[in-house]
Amino acid sequence: MASLISCPHCGTRPKEEFSIRGDASVLRPDPEASDEAWNDYVHIRANPRGRYREHWQHVAGCRRWLVVERDTMTHEVYSVTDGAVAAREAAR
Amino acid sequence: MTAYRLSAGGLVDRTNRMDFKFDGRTMSGLSGDTLASALLANDQLLVGRSFKYHRPRGIVTAGPSEPNALVTIGQGSRSDPNTKATVAELYAGLDARSQNRWPSLKHDVGALNNLLSPFLSAGFYYKTFMWPAAFWEKVYEPIIRRAAGLGRAVLERDPETYEKVWAHCDLLVVGAGPTGLMAARTAGRAGLRVILADEDFRPGGSLLSETVEIDGMPAPAFAETLLAELRSLPNVTIMPRTTVFGWYDDNVFGAVERVQKHVAQPQAKLPVERLWRIVAKRALLATGAEERPLVFGGNDRPGVMMASAVSTYANRFGVASGKSVAIFTNGGTGYRTAADLAAQGIEIAVIIDSRADADDVAPTGTRVIRSGSVTDTKGKHRVSGIVVERSGFEDTIACDAVAMSGGWNPVIHLACQRGAKAVWSPELNSFLAPDVGNGLAVAGAAAGIYSLAACLSDGAGKAAAIIADLGFSAVSDVLPSVSGEIDPSFTALWYAPGAKAKAFVDFQNDVHVKDLGLALREGFGHVEHAKRYTTNGMATDQGKLSGINATGLLAAMQGISPADVGTTTFRPFYTPVAFGALAGTSRDEHAAPVRKSPLYNWAQKNGAVFVDSGLWYRPAWFARDGERTWRQSTDREVLNVRQNVGICDVSTLGKIEIFGRDAAEFLNRLYCNAFLKLPVGKARYGLMLREDGMVYDDGTTSRLSSEHFFMTTTTALAGGVMSHMEYCAQVLWPDLKVRFCSSTDQWAQMAIAGPKARHVVQALVEDDVSDAAFPFLAAQAVTLKGGLKGRLFRISFSGELAYELAVPAWFGEAVADAAMEEGRAHGICAYGLEALNVLRLEKGHVTHAEFDGRVTPDDAGFGRMVSAQKSDFIGKRLSTRYGLTAADRMQMVGLKPVEADKTFRAGAHLLREGAKPSTLNDQGYVSSAGFSPTLGHDIALAFLKSGRERYGERVVVWDKLGGTETVAEVCHPVFVDPGNAKLNS
Repeated sequence: MASLISCPHCGTRPKEEFSIRGDASVLRPDPEASDEAWNDYVHIRANPRGRYREHWQHVAGCRRWLVVERDTMTHEVYSVTDGAVAAREAAR
Repeated sequence: MTAYRLSAGGLVDRTNRMDFKFDGRTMSGLSGDTLASALLANDQLLVGRSFKYHRPRGIVTAGPSEPNALVTIGQGSRSDPNTKATVAELYAGLDARSQNRWPSLKHDVGALNNLLSPFLSAGFYYKTFMWPAAFWEKVYEPIIRRAAGLGRAVLERDPETYEKVWAHCDLLVVGAGPTGLMAARTAGRAGLRVILADEDFRPGGSLLSETVEIDGMPAPAFAETLLAELRSLPNVTIMPRTTVFGWYDDNVFGAVERVQKHVAQPQAKLPVERLWRIVAKRALLATGAEERPLVFGGNDRPGVMMASAVSTYANRFGVASGKSVAIFTNGGTGYRTAADLAAQGIEIAVIIDSRADADDVAPTGTRVIRSGSVTDTKGKHRVSGIVVERSGFEDTIACDAVAMSGGWNPVIHLACQRGAKAVWSPELNSFLAPDVGNGLAVAGAAAGIYSLAACLSDGAGKAAAIIADLGFSAVSDVLPSVSGEIDPSFTALWYAPGAKAKAFVDFQNDVHVKDLGLALREGFGHVEHAKRYTTNGMATDQGKLSGINATGLLAAMQGISPADVGTTTFRPFYTPVAFGALAGTSRDEHAAPVRKSPLYNWAQKNGAVFVDSGLWYRPAWFARDGERTWRQSTDREVLNVRQNVGICDVSTLGKIEIFGRDAAEFLNRLYCNAFLKLPVGKARYGLMLREDGMVYDDGTTSRLSSEHFFMTTTTALAGGVMSHMEYCAQVLWPDLKVRFCSSTDQWAQMAIAGPKARHVVQALVEDDVSDAAFPFLAAQAVTLKGGLKGRLFRISFSGELAYELAVPAWFGEAVADAAMEEGRAHGICAYGLEALNVLRLEKGHVTHAEFDGRVTPDDAGFGRMVSAQKSDFIGKRLSTRYGLTAADRMQMVGLKPVEADKTFRAGAHLLREGAKPSTLNDQGYVSSAGFSPTLGHDIALAFLKSGRERYGERVVVWDKLGGTETVAEVCHPVFVDPGNAKLNS
């Protein structure tokens, strides 16, 4: 885990200011989607070694949800994006 | 007398004598001493007992790797156990005690273990205490625990203060020896923000113990020149007494600064220790090298020391470790120590050199035995002689100290803490730091560069590379010249052959060569297994001296290279760090801040007994004269609410103001029930689900205007719901026009409940609060008498005619006082959390005792609330899956005892009458229970399989913990006013 996270709104801050929700790659399915799609969304998570996109919230800062792309092995952080920006991109 | 203070020399202030105590005996040292050097100056060689065999042990090193000289410093709550005497700075009044001995250091009963040592081999605990299992808790563990551990942890409260600080720099230099000082100077001159940290109280590292000349100056004077320049540079921060203990992601380093560990009476305004987190663009590891002990028979006898330590005590502290010193070496360092001793006029008994031939020059007249080996040592509490073997011939040579040198181990801990493995260098016979990228470079002896001139050059050179890398321009620099150096190279010697006594590898944990051999034979030869099987390297020194020797021995025993054995894993912390420093200011009210409701003072005035509720302190009940138990107060409060009127602080509920064109749509997706058409001026009970269909939280949400809603959450989930809403608004539906903020702390909110509540509320507010004008679930802004603006909600948790009045927090106490005043004629009473809980239980209202994360809306009787019309809301899709709609799910019911005097407890399980308690026969569980003063007997809410079909049936309430079985009748969960007549009155 990184020691420092560069929040796009607040700058570089210690990781203690953030809380982690988990996998950001899963997208909430349509309400009419199949049981399998919903089961996958709610229950099934990959635990990859390597690149991983996660939802972190800057709870002790701007309180924005962020997508932190990081490496679970090297702990390198590749990018930090505002959650709404990432969601709009994913929806496109 | 053997060890003694030399008549001159050393970096100690001979005009500043300091008295200190060791085991109650007053001794005298000098300013500039460590406790260890002062003890040696007082000829106190014996300083501790080893962990397992309780063997007498003396000072071995002059630094942080010390395995033996561990003492407790200070008295009472200020005691610091396991403090290394070799790094403890001496101060007047220092009070040190030896450890792991009874009744005294010289006569230790535990030394019996030494005689039993043939039976106390590696893995002894694993093998012996296996059976009988019942003996573990009662017999073995207490014995082991009493015998285990060196110093004793203090049970008193730590009176010291600590703090945590962040620091940022371009270059962090770890270690202020020759390499680090040169690196800091080069970088400092170029304008980098430099932090130079060193664990010693006096920066300078090995320069303080050197006898060579640098630029024509004695080495310590040269160090002082460099330091003077560094102190003059505003961009350089020198941090003595600071151990950099860990290297973390993003080049963040952890360090602990001992601000006031060296003073008898710490000042209250300063912390005793300071925990630093240093964010460094670049870091340079200039931690030097640690001398490797030699593994030979009897090598643990007091008086056997590292050769470099003998030199340091002589040169830096002006202390002779003995009158006649034998030297056992496998390289040049032993000869350097010989030269140092000769210069001080200390007799050298003999130099035993394991090598057949070497160019090193011994002082004139010194006896040198080449290809020799020390096989045993003589003496009891201190060494009196050594047994030397050479080509089959044995000789006993008298001496009162032994200086051993087995070569050098670069101190590479930090570089290996993030997973990279140390790399074996066959040329240097040492493990070197792996390449860990740009962030952390390694220089000088830590990089296996042992000559002083090369270290100075490497420090400057590595700094120059970092300067260029960071885009600064270097300032030209002339390297200092060194004269009088001795070549410290060595030939590996893992084990001195022919040992006639135990040859120790780990002094603190009493691991000797044969233990490692046993581990190997019994299949624990992997370096990590051997460590745990033998406990080698598991003591407080974490194997600083023993780790590499264990690797070398395991390799030698198998005839393989140390590269194939590897090292054990390096982890923070480099040296132990006190929990106090790690906690910093996060203790007491700073760890768990006291959160007071705006009505806290009001409650206190009215006799509240408070209870912790998260960080909140909430009134549990309001004791009156003559009431001896909480039940008496609670019963009175409940009955008074049912008969007259009561007032309760509900300010701790989470409060969220929600605004925006899409606020209604947002709430409609957030709650499982409908909110789109909630009229302005109305409140509605709402259920929030998790996406898996279980209830997450509940509360009321009121519409104050078409685009302004006011939500309340439960106290416990105020933070969680806020975060959940932020996730939904930002990530799931970023295009909804909605904004919200918490106003939990901005409003004081009080529930006024009971048949006479309206009289009280009407006396407080201007607006008409009659049932016609302000019916059940009305929610509006109101004006209080006198003009204060507030909010009024006609909602009821107690089931009574009730209002919740919210006013700006600052006015809460005054308004609550006024309510008490206006209510006096109506018999008003303040009621607490206990009464609140009984009232809601009687009414069958749920809390998180019911909504425990396994309960669906239908389980709790809210099935019809879940909207079938809405196309989507959080939890909709999965709440329709089979498991959540099955007919035999546990449903919420009420329970009444068949015999009225019987009681229930939450957590009890439900069984059919006559059924044996088992998981298979489990019918459900009690979620909430308590005495109902209104009904005169206990009642409970419970979840029972197909419960709603089973009203009137009898079940057994089985409470294993309380040891009771109570027959109960299943009933509707609403015990009081099921027709809601009171609510709507």
